[in-house]
Amino acid sequence: MLLTVENIHKTYQTADGPFAVLRGIGMHLSAGETLALTGESGSGKSTLLHLIGGLDTPDQGHIHLQDQDIAALDDNGRAGLRRGTVGVVFQQFNLIPSLRVVDNIAFQARLADQYDPTWAATLADRMGLTEQLNKYPEQLSGGQQQRVAIARTLAPKPKLVLADEPTGNLDEATAAIVMDLMMELVAETNAGLLMVTHSENLAGRLSRRLHLRAGQVA
Amino acid sequence: MTRVVLQALLSHWWRNPLQLFSLLAGLALATALWSGVQAVNAEARASYDAAATTLGEGQYDRLQRRDGQPMDQATYVQLRRAGWLVSPVVQGRLNGVRIVGIDPLTAPGGAGPTLTDDAADVGRFLSGDGQVFASATTARDLPELEVIISPETAAGTALTDIGLAQRLLGKTNQIDSLIVLPGQPVTQTAISDIAPQLIRQQAQGGSDIGRLTDSFHLNLTAFGMLSFAVGIFIVNGAIGLAFEQRRPVVRTLRALGVPLRRLITVMAAELMLFALVAGMIGVALGYVIAALLLPDVAATLRGLYGAEVSGTLQLRPVWWLSGLAIALGGTGLAASGALYKLSRMPLLAAAQPRALAMAAGRTARLQGIAAAALLTISVLLMFTADGLIGGFALLGALLIGAALALPLILNRILASTSALAKTITAQWFWADTRQQLPGLSLALMALLLAMAANVGVSTMVSSFRVTFVEFLDQRLASELYVRPENATQAAALVDFATPRVDAVIPIQSAEISIGDQPTDLFGARDHSTYRDNWTFLQATSDAWDTTFAGETIIINEQLSRRAGLNIGDEITVQDKTFAIAAVYGDYGNPIGQALINEATFATLYPTITPENFGLRMDPANVGAFVTELSAQTGISISQTVDQANIKAFSLGVFERTFTVTTALNILTLAVAGFAILMSLLTLATMRVPQLAPAWAMGMTRRQIGQLELLRAVLLAMLTAVIALPLGLALAWALLAVVNVAAFGWELPMYLFPADYARLGLFALLAAALAALWPARRLARTPPAELLKVFSNER
Repeated sequence: MLLTVENIHKTYQTADGPFAVLRGIGMHLSAGETLALTGESGSGKSTLLHLIGGLDTPDQGHIHLQDQDIAALDDNGRAGLRRGTVGVVFQQFNLIPSLRVVDNIAFQARLADQYDPTWAATLADRMGLTEQLNKYPEQLSGGQQQRVAIARTLAPKPKLVLADEPTGNLDEATAAIVMDLMMELVAETNAGLLMVTHSENLAGRLSRRLHLRAGQVA
Repeated sequence: MTRVVLQALLSHWWRNPLQLFSLLAGLALATALWSGVQAVNAEARASYDAAATTLGEGQYDRLQRRDGQPMDQATYVQLRRAGWLVSPVVQGRLNGVRIVGIDPLTAPGGAGPTLTDDAADVGRFLSGDGQVFASATTARDLPELEVIISPETAAGTALTDIGLAQRLLGKTNQIDSLIVLPGQPVTQTAISDIAPQLIRQQAQGGSDIGRLTDSFHLNLTAFGMLSFAVGIFIVNGAIGLAFEQRRPVVRTLRALGVPLRRLITVMAAELMLFALVAGMIGVALGYVIAALLLPDVAATLRGLYGAEVSGTLQLRPVWWLSGLAIALGGTGLAASGALYKLSRMPLLAAAQPRALAMAAGRTARLQGIAAAALLTISVLLMFTADGLIGGFALLGALLIGAALALPLILNRILASTSALAKTITAQWFWADTRQQLPGLSLALMALLLAMAANVGVSTMVSSFRVTFVEFLDQRLASELYVRPENATQAAALVDFATPRVDAVIPIQSAEISIGDQPTDLFGARDHSTYRDNWTFLQATSDAWDTTFAGETIIINEQLSRRAGLNIGDEITVQDKTFAIAAVYGDYGNPIGQALINEATFATLYPTITPENFGLRMDPANVGAFVTELSAQTGISISQTVDQANIKAFSLGVFERTFTVTTALNILTLAVAGFAILMSLLTLATMRVPQLAPAWAMGMTRRQIGQLELLRAVLLAMLTAVIALPLGLALAWALLAVVNVAAFGWELPMYLFPADYARLGLFALLAAALAALWPARRLARTPPAELLKVFSNER
């Protein structure tokens, strides 16, 4: 099993007091499997994604990624996990504005010391970015920027790809193209894909769906 | 991984060269001002040390003739034969160079030259074989002599064997003074028995020149610190904004797996690298500033205190290393807050630039508390500060407290004003100005400090000038001063002058000790010259009457403060007790001074005769009188001093002092103007999204640009208004606390409204110039750029 999540709890302190976002969530994901996380706003989808990605820590429970308990890792351990094993595609792209497209694509792989120029070039080609390699992010459209972000995420060949509303900032046609490319490349690398989405259409294209309601699996 | 992270971080500067320039220039300017002033100070101090070492000045007791004339060489021989360990010194001027002749075999250690040149021959020097030592600059004035270059020899001074000096100066068999070596034999015949014409001057424990000029250097150092504080605000602003703009990148880097500690280390290293580069540029710039200032400083010190300072600058490791240390320390100080915030920044907060206004709102409360606390401390210190540390603590608390309070005060003023706005444009303008405050606050704080420093230092220097000119009027009231060579000449002078002038005022003094303080005691003749010109700091109602009646004594401020003596206290001189009737200001004098009446003085010191005479007469007749005096009595013109010449010379000195302070004032203000320019340019890129809606709703780009300019001038004006009382408080602290602690006298404070008004105009001009370019850029923002703001909204 690539990913196993057991009895995860997470509570945030708010102005109105403690707010339990996740209340005993459990799930699993195999290599090559794709899973849609759906649910209403505030149901805990993004929080669960962040916990699995090592961007935050649970209050209780275990997250095993390839037999390693993410919840038990310290900041350095979780940073190492994010560099090579897990790739995150953000809704806001989060590219580095001062680096060219070619450098943005290579960035995470070079951080993880897993840079393969041939694979990076393949990704750029498949994403239709060959003509844009020497441009800066601000010179690209939103769809192009998200394609750069996906190429960057896949460049180190992560075992698990996490995507948080990856097409939320794109129009429908562009979103469809970006999704097609991401699904293809994830399948080629045999990575697991966990995607948060509000789109029924997108959710329907993944192999499984997990619906959350009020911090629990519905 | 480090290389990749560094590449990403450095790429930010590559893409934003203006920010990089702002950061480097701010730090370099701050370092330049600091190291420039320090270079001038270090150079001047080194010159005094060289002078003190060369002449043994102030370190040893000296024997001189009571009348100041050279003694016969036979007197020296008599003293040596009687067992006195003394060493002869001859001094005089040749081609404007001070020639000092010493006897290398008997001179105390440290009084000789530093023999660093290969041409120097210790044996030849010791044997009196004609070697002369001087700095390279001084050597150029002595082309006919074989000069060995000795950089450590005091500027304007050449050192040689006494035999050669006597020949060069035409003082064969004459000696000007004798250095009394420490460690004399236990029993000797008293000097007064061997050579009663000699007087022993006690060692001062250091250089007189050094102590006198310390006040000037302290002011320069205070100015350097203020300038550096202004620079630190610029650096802080530049670093703060750079961090703010890189915040999304930092979040992304962390999200992509860069450990926090690694990220902070790399960012700190990156900044230290910049600090090192900027520090080196700053030190080089400081060298240029110092080289430009030094001739004026040297002239000022020479004129004010007779201190010789080399007009050329040497690269001294102590100041360029301290310049670099200050640059690195300043950056560390400025960056520490930003790095701390970075370390506390949650990874998952929205990855967008934080609204500066919101951040400021969160910290405003803390800032207000800190400002209130510091200002309270400064008020307490105003009443309790004692000593230099207390004085500087007062200055620090006052300036930092005021700087921290500035954004809060401006915000309150803007909030009150916006309530009065009638039109919608005015309402938007005031609201937008308030929103811009946090982004501009550091630059405005820099402007506040620069202006306060200008007001403070200008007030101090101008007050010093007014006081000193008044003091000159008081002390140099007589139109002519004559110094006879001996009692015969003195008698001839009195006979000649009495029928020709309004009054002849003899001046006589004795070196005594009052309350363990070395003091010059003067015997004064009852004359309106004293009553009309001398102003007292404190006095009894009949101070002059009782003093001239021989009942009381008046003392200077230094003696009063150092010996703890006040009006009514009693002083005993030669078994006679006097009550203190008055305390007078005596600016620039390092030791105590006291005055009793002439007759009483003559009773107490019957052997002391007047060494100097002040003559009151019509100033127009001074020239003719001196010519006639010289012809009739043989008193040479060089023995006379025309009061008008001295005053003109002193005023000339002050003009040069002003050149230095004006140059520093302009530099500091320019640095503050630069801070505003950089802040506005940095903010300009963030301004487009804020201004686009105003443009979309019907304001023209020209209007927007004009309002941007108006905003900068308005904020500068409000800052200037706040800077004025702060600057005056600064001046008061420098004059009434720091000066007293350092030198023992308090300078009265005068106000110069015209100067302040001119300074305010300069500040507005600097702000307007700084705002012109950013405003023009905004006014010319292409519509496509403004539209992009809306097209990016999804």
